Amino acid sequence: MQYAILCYNDEDIVWSWSKEEDDAVMARLGVVHDRLIEQGKFGAGIRLLPTTAATTLRKNADPPIVVDGPYAETKEQLLGFYIIDVENLEEALDVCRELTKANPGGAYEVRPLALFVPGTQIG
Amino acid sequence: MSDLAWIDAAITAARPQAVGALLRYFRDLDTAEEAFQDACLRALRKWPANGPPRDPAAWLIMVGRNAAIDATRRRKKLTALPDEEQLSDLEDAEAALAEGLDGAHYRDDVLRLLFICCHPDLPTTQQIALALRIVSGLSVRQIARAFLVGESAMEQRITRAKRVIGGAGVAFEAPGPVERAERLGTVAAMVYLVFNEGYSAGAAEAATRGSLCEEAIRLARLLLRMFQTEPEIMGLTALMLLQHSRARARFDAEGAVVLLDDQDRSLWNRELIAEGLALIDKAMRHQRPGAYQIQAAIAATHARAERPEDTNWAAIDRLYAVLERIEPSPVVTLNRAVAVSKTQGPEAALALIEPLGNRLSGYFHFFGARGAFLMQLGRTREAREAFGQAIALANTPAEAAHIRQHLDRLAADSS
Repeated sequence: MQYAILCYNDEDIVWSWSKEEDDAVMARLGVVHDRLIEQGKFGAGIRLLPTTAATTLRKNADPPIVVDGPYAETKEQLLGFYIIDVENLEEALDVCRELTKANPGGAYEVRPLALFVPGTQIG
Repeated sequence: MSDLAWIDAAITAARPQAVGALLRYFRDLDTAEEAFQDACLRALRKWPANGPPRDPAAWLIMVGRNAAIDATRRRKKLTALPDEEQLSDLEDAEAALAEGLDGAHYRDDVLRLLFICCHPDLPTTQQIALALRIVSGLSVRQIARAFLVGESAMEQRITRAKRVIGGAGVAFEAPGPVERAERLGTVAAMVYLVFNEGYSAGAAEAATRGSLCEEAIRLARLLLRMFQTEPEIMGLTALMLLQHSRARARFDAEGAVVLLDDQDRSLWNRELIAEGLALIDKAMRHQRPGAYQIQAAIAATHARAERPEDTNWAAIDRLYAVLERIEPSPVVTLNRAVAVSKTQGPEAALALIEPLGNRLSGYFHFFGARGAFLMQLGRTREAREAFGQAIALANTPAEAAHIRQHLDRLAADSS
């Protein structure tokens, strides 16, 4: 089963980390990432720039309206996401628990994928 | 991350909003800061056991407010202290209330807190020190180190600065749109000053002062989150991100300045560049150009060039021409001359800066640029003279060392 793990946290806090703190968190997450890659379960891992860099196109109007900022103003923001391929929800939650040990605070939302269209290799 | 590191990060992030709200309640900076300190001490006791609250800022505001009110009562001996456990039981419910109360004030609270640091009677160095102390929450020792002065001297400076703003009277009612825009402009300038304090540091001081650049970027992101549609705040944030992206390439191993053309571009921070370019893109859509946006667009043009020879100097020339129109200054013209020297040659560049001689007679970069143009034209004697004047005006040993390299090259060429 393929899942997206949506990563929510307070970006005020995450983007206030010093480089050392950030590096330490990324190193701990890297261990989890590497294991998942080795097991062929890691589809992608994406870290997003702060919501201040976001632009939202509202398409319920014609023509659509482009506004500055993220879709929703929330206390915790969508800061990144993973695409993983694991056996079931329990295993997806296990992955989340491991990621949590590496990077506590905030929340993970586990969302099963309905459609996955692989693109070309970018970046 | 350990509990303490997490709590520290949460408190730092919540600080501007919490101190800003407490300042609005108590209308006195010292009381607001004491209340916040009190709330932080309670957070250190409570959060490891109870887990972090959902909204740290609202928690700190509510607990800080209660603590300060308790302290006042205690001083007046009117009522006994409420039991602390009882107080904390109420916190969750009250925090929800505080959140509702404060959400609407959030922007103006933080803006006011930054704005009072920009009092026109304060010299800019004191404005910066005050903002770092009050808004960023850096310790006096950290600020003293960043300014390369003793701790007690910095303590005195901050105390004096607080006295000035304490006597100045601060407007606590919500500002109107015009006043809000004015405040935002003043605050943006101060944030850029904080950045430049860090950016102008030499290699030896970069370790301590470089953190000022990161703090300024953090404050700019905070402003931008509050004023999401302000293109100049996007521009300011982008400008600082793009300049800071070159931090690791700006000095060589000996601490000498490495000019843009000579920098190892693989050392540029790609993540900061990506964020800066994204913000410039967003700002341009508004079609309301301003000085920060244009300077950021110039920095973006450099950032987009993979090699120095890929630099679109014609675009940079055009951008400086716009900047000259909206914010005329001899320094801007001098910068434009560098772009002109690349597109039209040193003769045209020299002609552009010739009229600036009087106004920039004490400016290191004027003589540095003049010397470089003259050197390109083969006017060696005049070049040497200009470089000599530049060295006499150098602000740092690194600047002087850079000019000496030119002189060495001239000497080598003529021998």
